[in-house]
Amino acid sequence: MKVFVDAIGLAAPGLNGWQESLPVLRGEQTYAANELERYKPEQLPANERRRATDLVRMAFRVCEDLLRQKPIDIRQCAAVFASSGGDYPIIDQICKALCEPERLVSPTQFHNSVHNSAAGYWSIATGSRAPSTSISAFDDSFCAGLLEAANLCVIEQLPTILAVYDIKPPEPLQSKRPISQDFGVALLLSPTESADSLAQLTLTIAESAESTSAQLASLEAMRLRNPAARSLPLLEFIARQQSGHMLLAANNNPALTIEVKPCH
Amino acid sequence: MISGSMTPLAITDYTLTTCLGAGRAANWDKIDRAESGLKPCDFFDITDLPTWIGEVAGVDQQALPARLANYDCRNNRLAWLALQQDDFLAKASQAIETYGAARVGVFIGTSTSGIHQTELAYFESRDHLPDWYHYRSTHNVFSVADFVQQALGARGVCIAISTACSSSAKVFASAYRAIATGMCDAAIVGGVDSLCLTTLYGFHSLQLVSPDKCKPFDKDRSGISIGEAGGFALLEKDADSPLALLGYGESGDAYHMSSPHPDGEGASLAMQMALDKAGLASEDIDYINLHGTGTLANDAAESKAVAHLFGEHIWASSTKGWTGHTLGAAGIVETGFSLMSITHNRIPSNLHLQQPDDGMRIALPLTAVQQPVRRVLTNSFGFGGSNCSLVVGARV
Repeated sequence: MKVFVDAIGLAAPGLNGWQESLPVLRGEQTYAANELERYKPEQLPANERRRATDLVRMAFRVCEDLLRQKPIDIRQCAAVFASSGGDYPIIDQICKALCEPERLVSPTQFHNSVHNSAAGYWSIATGSRAPSTSISAFDDSFCAGLLEAANLCVIEQLPTILAVYDIKPPEPLQSKRPISQDFGVALLLSPTESADSLAQLTLTIAESAESTSAQLASLEAMRLRNPAARSLPLLEFIARQQSGHMLLAANNNPALTIEVKPCH
Repeated sequence: MISGSMTPLAITDYTLTTCLGAGRAANWDKIDRAESGLKPCDFFDITDLPTWIGEVAGVDQQALPARLANYDCRNNRLAWLALQQDDFLAKASQAIETYGAARVGVFIGTSTSGIHQTELAYFESRDHLPDWYHYRSTHNVFSVADFVQQALGARGVCIAISTACSSSAKVFASAYRAIATGMCDAAIVGGVDSLCLTTLYGFHSLQLVSPDKCKPFDKDRSGISIGEAGGFALLEKDADSPLALLGYGESGDAYHMSSPHPDGEGASLAMQMALDKAGLASEDIDYINLHGTGTLANDAAESKAVAHLFGEHIWASSTKGWTGHTLGAAGIVETGFSLMSITHNRIPSNLHLQQPDDGMRIALPLTAVQQPVRRVLTNSFGFGGSNCSLVVGARV
């Protein structure tokens, strides 16, 4: 299965934006783990922005970063939102509220607790009624999200945004789900090549595989800290305009071989 | 927007477990007898929610296979109970043998997965979660998909889809695409959602929970009754089967996080896409299984959308008066009812509907209708404006 990557959005400590991160991803600049500041989604109406949680802000941060590089008609664009665990802080708040005698769950917290909250806000913000889906495959969420988005892109012949993101769970959940760093990535997939295409990806199922590591040691450490950061070796390939194969191993999903070919 | 038609995909087996009973026969029997499975809420230790629920009997007594003990929680017990009905386990194992484990995908819809396990863990200790609590294999959204994959021994593509109440309708679209691109040859699709405090108190906070049994489309309707359920279907490439997935349509509302678009514009889009994918016109549909939750907003919007596309003459009913709103499992449960409607040539009534509300310009049967049923459109709409419609039926 072939798809083209036309634009990328990225957000993690020290990787604040795709364009801004290119020197680090290319190995031209030393990685520095600067924390991300709280993001204000540009496209969300004020009322919705006020209610948007840190998780929704992360999804918007990477999708809006992507759109800054390639303005497209977002209403004709499908979307796949993949997150291993969704909104951990909201789950924590709701479970704590349920421990109180009154069990008062806030209506806003409740609608924010659905796994498709980012997809819902995105549809409201962009006016897009195109198909979107929200998935999880635990630590395989990048791999499964990439397959889901590529299937959608190829079968429906629609440009498709894939956003994969996870944020740090608060304690006490952190002790049971240790994700120590926020990470978000968005890829704009297209079924056909255009002048803006960055790379062509050919996805095939591999027999068995060890995941390809990130080329930089600092990024390899990050790759293992967050399921969405499993994308880092692919991002390095694209940033360096390298051709080659990378392997994406998974627990519950078949291993994927991704053949990366730069478009220009 | 999505265009082009799809090749019908064989549905070679299916099963469902709801508050009406375990398996197809127990469910259809209650539908036939117009007997609701709803009862006053006595879940867990709730005493302050005057509402009705659809609880599946015997969930707590389910013992998971010993090798899967870490997955033990209400949601996975319900999944296991549902998997054991109608010989589904044997049929799924046979498919895995035929195609090879790596070629069989698992696509499961859920909204809250095993969140009740986290609720219980917090009750015990909010500071240090107890040792018995396994987040990954119980609460996590993916846990139920992981459990089903492990229980069956499949090794192909495996995802959980969680788009609130459209989750287990959308699994059919994802599985169709994965088969069409050659990622798998067969797919086990399904949905499982179980009762928990988060949804009972959460929907209550939004004032969407009815103090009475839900009455979809009635002038006195006052909200949803929350139910739980599990169901599965087996989809096979190039297989022979009288039943098939004929079409699917997915859309967003672009309107509000917890209210549907008042004119059902997103819903119309999903239904139209499902017809287009099936290569059918609206008059080719014999029965519409409505989302019909029983809230003021949903039923008003959905009836407008249905009237707009189908006019006033195609029988349309909601089966939620029997099962309650099973949330992330609603898609698979109502696809099951749609398939049984075809098999029995019988259209369920709208249970608890006495006086249709003004402006419901659709054909809402008050008693079951016996007539040939070849193709059914079924709707599932969720929070975040996530809409999915499916067309199932005898192959065109």
